[in-house]
Amino acid sequence: MPETALPLHVGCASGFSGDRTDGAAPLVAELIRLGGGYLIFETLAERTLALAQLAKNANPQQGYEPLLDELVSPVLRDCLTHGIRMVSNFGAANPHAAARRIEAIAREQGLRLPRIAVITGDALDDPELIASLCARVTPALAPTEVVSATVYLGAGEIAEALRAGADIVVAGRVADPALTLGPALAHFGWAMDDWEKLGRATMAGHMLECGTQVTGGYFAVPGLKDVPGLDHTGFPLMTMHEDGSFEISKPPATGGRVDVAIGTEQLLYEVHDPAAYLTPDVVADISHATVAQTGPDRISVNGVTGHPRPDTLKVNVCYRGGWLAEAEISYAGVQAQARAQLAGEIVRKRIGQAMPVRVDLIGVMSILADDAGVMQGERTAATAHHPASAGDVRLRVAGSHPDRAVAERVLREVTALYCCGPAGGGGVRTHMRQRLNMVSTLVERNEIKAGWYMMENRQ
Amino acid sequence: MTEHLTTVALYRLAHGRSGDKGDTSNLSLIAWRADLYDLLEQAVTADRVAEWFAARAPSRVTRYALPQLHAMNFVLENVLDGGVNDALNLDAHGKSLSFHLLAMPITVTRDVAATLPDIHPSAA
Repeated sequence: MPETALPLHVGCASGFSGDRTDGAAPLVAELIRLGGGYLIFETLAERTLALAQLAKNANPQQGYEPLLDELVSPVLRDCLTHGIRMVSNFGAANPHAAARRIEAIAREQGLRLPRIAVITGDALDDPELIASLCARVTPALAPTEVVSATVYLGAGEIAEALRAGADIVVAGRVADPALTLGPALAHFGWAMDDWEKLGRATMAGHMLECGTQVTGGYFAVPGLKDVPGLDHTGFPLMTMHEDGSFEISKPPATGGRVDVAIGTEQLLYEVHDPAAYLTPDVVADISHATVAQTGPDRISVNGVTGHPRPDTLKVNVCYRGGWLAEAEISYAGVQAQARAQLAGEIVRKRIGQAMPVRVDLIGVMSILADDAGVMQGERTAATAHHPASAGDVRLRVAGSHPDRAVAERVLREVTALYCCGPAGGGGVRTHMRQRLNMVSTLVERNEIKAGWYMMENRQ
Repeated sequence: MTEHLTTVALYRLAHGRSGDKGDTSNLSLIAWRADLYDLLEQAVTADRVAEWFAARAPSRVTRYALPQLHAMNFVLENVLDGGVNDALNLDAHGKSLSFHLLAMPITVTRDVAATLPDIHPSAA
């Protein structure tokens, strides 16, 4: 039943897989004080799902968010007791197993069995469709190399499951803002073509979906943009009214800050054309949006609109890439930069044309450089023999090759610098991993069959 | 340079953050004050940003103006060395790129420069 008179409260306790896991408790306490609401966790970056699929291939009971227990356990009792409903994409490649695990946690804690809904249809596993996707994205891609192909679903199924009484909705790949739009649709009962309201709730979800990035994370520059209490930053809380207007705040007695500068940065984060923020449910438009301070640690975002949803849905195809080899060694003190540079030249010569190699001098220039080494060359030529050249430098060599044995040479050549390289090289560390590459494409809506089921009907 | 002009780093006029999708980076640039927006819009053009990131060889730089936020959004295509798929860069997401943009030198009048925020000495 839509409760049109009451505002909607949504707290977001995670912004990616690997985020802090202590964000939920203060949000739940605040949601209880406010009389109820929704707790969402966003845990799926573009590649997270492919990693989860590999985990599921190895063990059919795995493939959901590895930190699920740590996210859910501390707050499950309070959420079930006070009617705070959870919505998350922490199901990753195996939402059914995640739902089973939450049922087990409830049993372990002596709680009633929660009504858990599982969203289906995001994982594309029909061989014909996979082959067709491969042909579309790159002719060189063999379907056997595909690890996962997943479509970004919208908020419709989440809203249906909530209306049917789910305490918890477990999804895999849904558009991140759908975690917020779903509860808004269920709460306010909007029509699915009320583009302005859908646009507003989508941008509310956009503000929430990176967790503390809207409450002071990813912002601080000491002395210029200071943020208090980043060791205990509050995760964001969103309050929305029936017209889709909304405010962002954070729980009391937490660190961080909510202000116009931080909110504006997050509003534009990962946005390309501000007039066309594409999602499965609506094309949101922030080209006339404004951000205003409405109280201490509280902002509103106004002027968001929306346009009809796209006819197509986005699919991420992840496939096995080559091997990435990375190795490091340090030089410090007299002529450290020159010694590190010489070490890099030695490794380059020995690897030759076997594979593309990148050399970084951490402490001189590393991440700002380009793979081709143009900026690195300019910087080192200008500073190498300068008396003030860097005195504490870490050489990093990275190489990539389809054949693991070839990529291994990066690790061996850097390790061999201990004895064969310039004077005083120490602290070698090496790392090898298989790459998961990703390409995106579009599918027609009628190629996709999204749905949901209640766990209690699948026992 | 005439006497009444001086050069400041862009971070004194604006702040911003980097985001990525595939091999494309977006860099927001938000004026510290509404009255600085016109200056920012004149000084930081798409061409100037393309030139500033020339070593990264962006295939295209698009600028979206958001005057009501006194902000601009720059979209730099093919600037991440292939993105997470292909780059050998430690920072394949380009998280650091906004702070490279904020180091860009901007010519302003000395009168304007006197009003701009800077790194607070106590934190230096």
